[in-house]
Amino acid sequence: MKITKDDLANVAYLSRLALDDGEEENYIKDLNDIVAYVDKLSELDTDNIMPTTYALATENVFREDEVRPSLTQEEALSTAPDKENGYFKVPQVLAE
Amino acid sequence: MKYEAVIGLEIHSELKTTTKIFCGCKTAFGAEQNTQVCPVCLGLPGVLPTINKKVVEFAVKAGLATNCTINKYSKFDRKNYYYPDLPKNWQTSQYDLPIAEHGHVDIEVNGEKKTVRLTRIHMEEDAGKLVHSGNTIKDSAAGSFVDYNRTGVPLIEIVSEPDMHSAAEARAYMEKIKAILEYIDVSNCRMEEGNLRADINVSLRPVGSDKLGTRTEMKNINSFKALEDAINYEIERQQEVLEDGGKIIQETRTFDPERGVTLSMRSKENADDYRYMPEPDLPPIVMTDEEIESYRRELPELPDAACLRLQNELGLSAYDAGVLTASRQTAQYFDAVLKTGADAKLAANWIMSDLAKNLNAAEITIDQSPVDAKRLGEMILLISKGTISSKIGKKVFAEMWDGNTDSAEKIVADKGWVQITDTGAIEQIVKEVIAKNEKAVADYKNGNKKAIGALVGQVMKASQGKANPQTVNELLTKLL
Ligand SMILES: [Zn+2]
Repeated sequence: MKITKDDLANVAYLSRLALDDGEEENYIKDLNDIVAYVDKLSELDTDNIMPTTYALATENVFREDEVRPSLTQEEALSTAPDKENGYFKVPQVLAE
Repeated sequence: MKYEAVIGLEIHSELKTTTKIFCGCKTAFGAEQNTQVCPVCLGLPGVLPTINKKVVEFAVKAGLATNCTINKYSKFDRKNYYYPDLPKNWQTSQYDLPIAEHGHVDIEVNGEKKTVRLTRIHMEEDAGKLVHSGNTIKDSAAGSFVDYNRTGVPLIEIVSEPDMHSAAEARAYMEKIKAILEYIDVSNCRMEEGNLRADINVSLRPVGSDKLGTRTEMKNINSFKALEDAINYEIERQQEVLEDGGKIIQETRTFDPERGVTLSMRSKENADDYRYMPEPDLPPIVMTDEEIESYRRELPELPDAACLRLQNELGLSAYDAGVLTASRQTAQYFDAVLKTGADAKLAANWIMSDLAKNLNAAEITIDQSPVDAKRLGEMILLISKGTISSKIGKKVFAEMWDGNTDSAEKIVADKGWVQITDTGAIEQIVKEVIAKNEKAVADYKNGNKKAIGALVGQVMKASQGKANPQTVNELLTKLL
């Protein structure tokens, strides 16, 4: 598999990243190196190995359904770039 | 060409936990904006979410109650997309290893039984609530406001196979899911609060074809009426497009309940665009057979079983049993009426006619009924014992409905509504009525047996409804 200019544009769009014109070639090269590395890994025979879905040897970490203190409205909004009437304020949400 | 509709539902149900799925913030509805939030549900950097054990329990129970296989190894994934109601820019959900899969529920439409298969049930977090400065997103140039109280409220998403073919079937399916979730007590299912909402997929294909057509999706339908209206509109719309030689575009459409139409919103992003990845902050959920079985043992009687019990043990018709067990509240009310010793068929009739009529008119649910199950049961007992006629029963019921909190027995005594079974007293009235109604008497004697009805009516009227109708009939026949 080869990463194309279109693939890069799509990935950048999905991540909401704006790329400068000069950067594109570099990114395409980096991404192709990564894909080549994964291709190399794919050469290993993993037929009888369970896929890893979690990297650590922990499981079943739960909490009880008990209330813990929330932030106050003031605290919650303290780092918001814009706010009004206790709400976070965001720019117009455009339907795509 | 004749077309067949193919319909699948994704039902989102809010679970009735006290706290959110990954943090200890409250889930209570209606709090002041942004007062039930913390660094975890606001998606601030460096926080560590922890799974609420109750959410897993509720999801497993929902899976068991819908005949699913519970996955003994399950995990969370990140579903990436950008929208201001999602502070982390991903929704923590489940992708390839959901908690439950391969279930089914039975529905009945117009007397015909059908099975709807469930693809899966997975756990996820709800998003926040956007309030737009204008009427719609598009005319909100001044921006929008976000309340993150709902962010992180636990949901299960129940995904069906496209096994339904009409609005009525989709409705029956959603009603069955709602009933099951109520019975097992994992969701409040208050549709008007958005506790239970559906995304609907609809496509058409020529009758006889087994290939699926291009589908459209309608999101966040939160009433049964809107569900039916949206599906019926969409079937008609797609049919017109196809008959005109057009093509259906795969897209999300929004349903406007006021106008009863669906409108194009946006063309569907591919599943791949969500770039699912395993959630590294949440260890997997591993369950043993014993744990699964212990949850199964905690399940109460489910709607289908209750419906069968009412038919087999109480002799109710399939229809009556279905109505009485369609919601947990109604089933519990019915059971409570029976506890007084009231006759099952009479109880069913009273609940489905007088009580239902009054509840509908007052737009309240059965658990808010001013006539509680015990008092209704005691009133029905009075009818069975012959203390009052069913006609007086209606008056007692109306009295209780209008706010009289006394027992049925006391109301009957206070009002002097006890049925007259004393034959001598009734005979007196019957004689008076015969004397006053020469014409009806003559008609009856000339062979018009129906004329007796008018005479019975006169006696009942003269006794203010208190005479035992059967005794009246017998005496009239005898004295004439
Ligand atoms: Zn929180």
